[in-house]
Amino acid sequence: MLTCKETSHLVSEALDRRLSLHERVGMRLHLWMCAHCRRFETQLQLLRRALREDTRERPEPELGYADLPPEARKRLLATIAARTQPPSDSG
Amino acid sequence: MSRARQDSESPERWLEEHGGALYRYALLQMRDPHRAEEAVQETLLAALESWGRFAGRSSVRTWLIGILKHKILDELRRSLREQPYGDVPDDPPEDDPAEAHFTEAGRWRAPPADWGKPEQALAQHQFWIALEQCLDTLPLRLTRLFILREVWEMQTDEICKELAITPTNLWTMLHRARLGLRNCLERRWIDGGNPER
Repeated sequence: MLTCKETSHLVSEALDRRLSLHERVGMRLHLWMCAHCRRFETQLQLLRRALREDTRERPEPELGYADLPPEARKRLLATIAARTQPPSDSG
Repeated sequence: MSRARQDSESPERWLEEHGGALYRYALLQMRDPHRAEEAVQETLLAALESWGRFAGRSSVRTWLIGILKHKILDELRRSLREQPYGDVPDDPPEDDPAEAHFTEAGRWRAPPADWGKPEQALAQHQFWIALEQCLDTLPLRLTRLFILREVWEMQTDEICKELAITPTNLWTMLHRARLGLRNCLERRWIDGGNPER
């Protein structure tokens, strides 16, 4: 019987790869008997959903929504201007 | 040198229309505002160079984000060459899942609490504030991998190929990131006396 720690590994890896039949059965058996790990699984799924939905679906995302600071904007404009200037007279 | 540039397109316009989105994308990965700004700058300059080759198969934003992703991955690869994953102990013991989250017998030290219905969680402003704070405090090396997987939605083999790490290494890092994030969220959002619950 897997421990919670071992199960948490499998629950996490199931999000990144296909588990073997053996791994899947072991994980499912533990989850069937352990409410703590069931919650863990649900919560990881929520985290994944939150990040993906926030990125894909929201025009104004909740996460990391920091507009370009005005100073940064000015610097970037200046860099672009310098790069797009036609070459000055060279000797 | 002529360039098939419509009157409406210009780097200034890109900056105005897409600068915010590019900056946010970079900030989520790099955390440091100066590095994020640098990534946006490199992206706009690279876009300027390659605009003639832009065939218009995607939107301008998608194209710019694509360039930005390359820049970010380049930078991540450079930083990994200096300090490879798995070579050094990545996190202080209190962040290592074995120590912090489970007993020696493999049981939860602090069993996950009930977070209620997912829909309700996602609707709470406090949830998002806590999540952002937690992403900010997670060790940066873990966060970056986590973002590649969960926000950029890169597959295991893509990430491993780009960063020259093993799948096992990646999955261990992601596991740590998820344990850390979940734990932090629970402390800040649930235990933090969230009044909306």
